[in-house]
Amino acid sequence: MDFEYTQAEETFRHEVRTFLDENLPPKDQRGADFMAQWLKKVRAKRWVGFAWPQEVGGGGGDIMQQVILKEEMAKRQAPPLGTCMMGLAWVGPGIIQYGTDEQKTRFIPDILNSKYHWCTGYSEPNVGSDLAALQCKAILDGDHYVINGTKIWTSLAPFAQWISMLVRTDNFGSTATKHDGITALLVDLSSPGIEIKPIENMAGGKVFAQIFFDNVRVPVNNRLGKEGQGWAVTIASLANERSSIGEVTAMYAKLDSLKMLIKDSQRQGKPAMEDQKIRRRLAVFEAKIEAMRLNGLRYLTRQIKGEPLSSETSVNKLHRADLEVEMSDFAIDVLGQSGLQLGNQLETIDRGKWARESLGWPNVVIGGGTPNIQKNIIAERILGLPKD
Amino acid sequence: MNFGFTEEQELLRDQVRKFLDAQSPVSRVREIMHTDEGFDRQIWQQIAALGWLGLVVDPEYDGVGLGFVDLIVILEEMGKSLFPSPFIAHSLAASTLNELASDDQKKRHLNDLASGRKIGTIALLDIHDLPNAESITLSGVIHEDGVVLNGKKLFVMDADNADLFIVAFKDQHETYLALIHRDQTGVSTQGSATMDLTKRTGSLELDNVSVATQDLLLTDDENINRLLDKAAVAVTAEMIGAAEAVIYMTTHYAKDRIQFDNPIGKYQGVKHRLAEMYVDVESFRSLLYYAAWCVDESPHELPRSASLAKAYASDAFSQIGTDGVQLHGAIGFTQEYDMQLYLKRSKWARPIFGDADYHYERISQLQVTD
Repeated sequence: MDFEYTQAEETFRHEVRTFLDENLPPKDQRGADFMAQWLKKVRAKRWVGFAWPQEVGGGGGDIMQQVILKEEMAKRQAPPLGTCMMGLAWVGPGIIQYGTDEQKTRFIPDILNSKYHWCTGYSEPNVGSDLAALQCKAILDGDHYVINGTKIWTSLAPFAQWISMLVRTDNFGSTATKHDGITALLVDLSSPGIEIKPIENMAGGKVFAQIFFDNVRVPVNNRLGKEGQGWAVTIASLANERSSIGEVTAMYAKLDSLKMLIKDSQRQGKPAMEDQKIRRRLAVFEAKIEAMRLNGLRYLTRQIKGEPLSSETSVNKLHRADLEVEMSDFAIDVLGQSGLQLGNQLETIDRGKWARESLGWPNVVIGGGTPNIQKNIIAERILGLPKD
Repeated sequence: MNFGFTEEQELLRDQVRKFLDAQSPVSRVREIMHTDEGFDRQIWQQIAALGWLGLVVDPEYDGVGLGFVDLIVILEEMGKSLFPSPFIAHSLAASTLNELASDDQKKRHLNDLASGRKIGTIALLDIHDLPNAESITLSGVIHEDGVVLNGKKLFVMDADNADLFIVAFKDQHETYLALIHRDQTGVSTQGSATMDLTKRTGSLELDNVSVATQDLLLTDDENINRLLDKAAVAVTAEMIGAAEAVIYMTTHYAKDRIQFDNPIGKYQGVKHRLAEMYVDVESFRSLLYYAAWCVDESPHELPRSASLAKAYASDAFSQIGTDGVQLHGAIGFTQEYDMQLYLKRSKWARPIFGDADYHYERISQLQVTD
């Protein structure tokens, strides 16, 4: 065991810190054009798509450099390195690994330059966790696919210009080989026959939507990968580091602000920190977050050594799903009635952050697989229990 | 950055696994745990020959000169096999002398421990089990030739089997360790078996025991607390192995046991609980490995990291022990089936060197003083 960084890694960390010192003013001193400038500067550093190969415009950062960059960014609560979130996380890696040269030239630079949003179309009204049962179909008609069906819970759809989606091109109605007939298509959301209906979530946000496809024609050139290869395309991730260091750093920051809040709070007429139950709960949060940090470092070590990671990352996903909910709910518990205000007004405690986050958890808990699904993954893939 | 074990450590793990499978399978553990001594002296001598008893002792005192991370590799496997022996107590005693004793004291005592000629243990706690230096009450007045001690130490691991006791006491504001041999006049022990027969504990009675200056060691509360942290780390390492064994046994049972036409492991009520156990063991494993690394490489981080590991493990493992039995149904709580032995270990491990309440509170206090 050795928790030291190499000289080269320290140099890179120093470079990141110096950049942040020079280019990340405190929140209240950021001008109107700050974000535009920021995106330009981090793009020039090639930190957008940092894990991607340099040939396509990425940064070619190795695993440890990715970890360092994410950690330093999260420590300073820096804004994202690009605004095309789905493009950077999912669509880009799929295109780089499975796309044609034409698709790479056409889409990758725009993702890196935060030109517009992408969304990803997986879930359908009757298809959630059992994604391979999807029914939205595409039939080949000359040099076009014709899509009919619907996608739902599509995050960012109300703002996106393109969608990377899974459709069924074969094995209609068959359940035995349902993984096989699935194909990935890249679809322009301004195509005729598409209707997007935003869905309001319980915190009042309208970031996801249902999308209806009525005889939507998509050129065959926009197929990502081969026909029937859709399942593989969606899990491309391009040697991304999987330590969850960014999330862990953010959660430590959240724990710090929770502690600040509680230090200033009263509970039943006494300072809240005098209550042992409250101190214990904070310490339990800390133990779980530290466990996540160290789990991540163990998985990272294996990744660096080139050992295969099975589904171990589900461990940290489960912790995070629990913690994000519990920490916000705990803040509200301590605050009592005044913790329930959602408003972003100055006089609201922490500008309603805790109330909002206590309702905003579905992103963390449901997105990418519910806790029940993560438990299935661990039980079946790691412990070898029979599938249900 | 490398949060993993070295090749040598993996080899050591293999060696320990093979040795325990051959010499101390559960059938043998059951025999040993019903003996008076509660451990097998022949196996103990074999372990000595393998160098494990002096693992963390410097080579000049007959040790192997390895560190705490190596020690937990052995402990994890011992926990998996519920191996009954004074190994933890002995290793803690040896490690303490190695760190704190004078050259003369090491020559007189440490060689004996490292080579397995004598068994050591630590006797720190008094009237209650609050595992910190500040709670030590045994006192003695240091004079020219040493000290005379009167009192009782409780919660002494392997009290009946130990030859050498490392006893903490206070003189006014100073904290001392006394190296006391079982043969000395006025020394007696009272062993007691807990519900976990693989673990022996007891008390040490000191009735006008004279300790010569050459067997006294002036230390401080920080060192005592460090020793208690190392004890918590050692116990938690065994908890990882034992908890892993529960998951292994229960997973196998869930694959084989058919009810309602399916293996019960197909049902989410069973498989999800097993997945949660896995999440918890992975997590306190990470916390513990880091704490073990802190012992030698980052001592200032040890109090927090040891408490985080023991706190998490205490709650998680006791739930795992209980659920392991419950998921087996009726067979799980029969005397014949091994599962119940692990449940008893989980009960034993929970309070020792601080339960979850104690360590979570300590984590919160550590921050106040930061």
